[in-house]
Amino acid sequence: MKDFTILVGGQAGQGSRKAGLVIAKILNNLGYRIFIYDDYESLIKGGHSFSKIRASDKKIFTQSSELNFILALDQKTLDKHLNNLKDDGIIIFNSDEIKFDKGLGINAETIAKEEGGSSIMANTAIIAAFAKTIGVDFDLLKNTFQKEFKKGFDINLKIAERIYNEVDEKLKIEKLDNKPLSLITGNEALALGATKAGLDIYYAYPMTPATSILHFLAGRKLGVNTIQLENEISVIIAALGSAYAGKRSMVGTSGGGFALMTEGISFAAIAELPVVIVNSQRTGPATGVPTYTGQSDLNFVLNAGHGDIVKFTIAPSNADECFKWGGRILNLAWKYQTPAILLVDKEISESTFNLEIDQEIKKEEILLADKKGQYERYEITDNGISPLAFPGGDAIVKATSYEHNEFGLTAEESEEEIMAMQEKRLRKFEAMQEEVDLMADAIKVYGKKDSKNVLITWGSSVGPSIEAAENFDLKVIQIIVLEPFPIIQVMKELEDASQVICVEQNALGQLTSLLSKNGIEADELILKYSSRVIQKEEIEDLLKEII
Amino acid sequence: MNKLDTNYKNTWCPGCGNFGILAAFKKAIEDEDLSKIVITTGIGCHAKLADYINVNSFYSLHGRSIPAAEGIKLANPELKVIVFTGDGDSLDEGISHLIHAAKRNTDITVILHNNRLFALTTGQFTAVSPDSFKGKSTPMGSPESPINPLELLLASNATFIARSYSGNIKHLEEIIKRAISHKGFSIVEVLDPCVSFFNTAELYNKNTYVISDNNLDSREEALKKIREWNYEEIDQKIPLGIFYEIQKKLYFERALISKKEETVEQILEELI
Repeated sequence: MKDFTILVGGQAGQGSRKAGLVIAKILNNLGYRIFIYDDYESLIKGGHSFSKIRASDKKIFTQSSELNFILALDQKTLDKHLNNLKDDGIIIFNSDEIKFDKGLGINAETIAKEEGGSSIMANTAIIAAFAKTIGVDFDLLKNTFQKEFKKGFDINLKIAERIYNEVDEKLKIEKLDNKPLSLITGNEALALGATKAGLDIYYAYPMTPATSILHFLAGRKLGVNTIQLENEISVIIAALGSAYAGKRSMVGTSGGGFALMTEGISFAAIAELPVVIVNSQRTGPATGVPTYTGQSDLNFVLNAGHGDIVKFTIAPSNADECFKWGGRILNLAWKYQTPAILLVDKEISESTFNLEIDQEIKKEEILLADKKGQYERYEITDNGISPLAFPGGDAIVKATSYEHNEFGLTAEESEEEIMAMQEKRLRKFEAMQEEVDLMADAIKVYGKKDSKNVLITWGSSVGPSIEAAENFDLKVIQIIVLEPFPIIQVMKELEDASQVICVEQNALGQLTSLLSKNGIEADELILKYSSRVIQKEEIEDLLKEII
Repeated sequence: MNKLDTNYKNTWCPGCGNFGILAAFKKAIEDEDLSKIVITTGIGCHAKLADYINVNSFYSLHGRSIPAAEGIKLANPELKVIVFTGDGDSLDEGISHLIHAAKRNTDITVILHNNRLFALTTGQFTAVSPDSFKGKSTPMGSPESPINPLELLLASNATFIARSYSGNIKHLEEIIKRAISHKGFSIVEVLDPCVSFFNTAELYNKNTYVISDNNLDSREEALKKIREWNYEEIDQKIPLGIFYEIQKKLYFERALISKKEETVEQILEELI
């Protein structure tokens, strides 16, 4: 098997996610490329949670609807997913909880308890049964357990050993030549990318699906301080205070929290304070569908902040891009002293990918004031960027939310002064546009690059679109930098286009509107807004009707 | 020109209490290392102070003077961060920030210009306007009674609570000095008559009296002093002075704990 998917499911609290990760690590070590989708509901115990682990000989960025294996800890897992199992698919189930007449039943909870463990260790029994079924060497299973079960390793190993010896090998998953790669979620990758670019403080108020950025950074010792505050407003304003005092800060939230932060975006724009805001989208509006995905915040993010402002909005689609752009966006925010938004969604934030780094990320130099003469925080310059200084040194630094003169004092009486400062910022926005114009990787192109049929997409729609396009005469354009819009790169790719198809996960076609604003009209739209990520198979079916 | 002046045209109303606060503050910081001083302001009459004084300043949004100060202090704990805010700013719009900053014992000083109404928007009631306050938005009298902000701050575990009066500059200067030298969260409520919309000067001149420092670490004593005046217009005595002061571990010392003991590369290796 070159490309197969295992679904592990159970009630929240039964450890299906952990089981999925352990299985993924085993397959990663066998040279397979991995994508893990984690599905959970907005509750703590009970309900239904599952992980889908897809393994392939090629790098993959999306899930597959079809299942080759179902590993069921509870009845609901079988009830919900059996119809996605392929005809030759294999079922392994916890017979302490489930009555089923096919597949391999393991009295997993009983065995876990007999070996001195608790019923949650049923997941260990199921992992071991699966490992033996696909012919994994016991040593690899043991080594993986050693890394993954720091607590209770001995008992877990005893359970695994017993099951491993009782179960028959059904097939042999071959070992591939690929080197194993780090397994990392989008949220973890963007946090590490930002860390490489010099992140000092991460501020947040918990909100799914962004919360794991806070958890990850808080649990690590990277020298990045994590601060949880009373609401998203204090989060963004405190981050701006830290930027004023010279520290690189980032904040993270989802749509509802982002809405609260918007006064800070406008403030950051006029006060020229750098900040990176991660918005990990769920399905909206309002509380929406909190633990599932969507791309319906694009319009809002592009328009967030009152007044005449331009910021950076960048939408990576997988962990590789999260790492790279998590770092680059922090450098861009500081280079241009501007708010910058990293727009992801649940599917990217919380899915697990194999990471490959194709660009070195480091903290880039910023424009600092030299020490001669009186410092003017908002000095009028040709490119609109004023040198930075921070309080605590020789300069007096005055930042303000009011329109202001060069020193940072309120401008109210003089129209010339007010216009001069707005025009300084307009020149900076032009410089930001020029920066994007020169970015070769502001967009990416896949598929049949000389095709006249062009699919344009973004974010978590990219992975499924690329795979769906493989069987069609289609060129795929992914737009990563959404603001300022990379118009030159996109127009160049559209020179010979005769049909433009947009794929995105919202109901209004928000990328389609952005394209239209830039003079690009889509002929067909493929939209999904059910809160569950669009599947490559779904795109394929619709493409068959269009092309 | 004093080195603390910006020469910016002052637009406070003649006789505004804010002049007294600015004068007292300038005197209070005379001997400080000015390069280490940062002030933050919200939006309102109080906030114009940022334009009038030649020190590092962060002129924030309405209600957001306190979170800005918290971010500045976390970024550079060596800075002395002083928040200027108003009652509309931090008892209405930004009251949650005030409570949480006190609770954390963030090492900042909050100077609350309490004129007991929204003045820059020409006179509407705030959280500390007296019951039945007649303003433009409540011509028949406001249907709310005031909170006692200092009682709220005591309940929020503020470690330094004081009140002064813009009409008593000497006292105010002394209290500000004490507040700035306090390690931890300090609040100085400054009674601040608004000559245009709510002139309370006569009331304060008559009723305020200065108390001496007694049992500053006693919550019970503090509460008694704080409750002597309930922010109504009736003829009550209004104590000025320090009501409460204790020492507690500072927020930044407890919050800034991330050590650099691993690298991104090590973590990526671990995640294989």
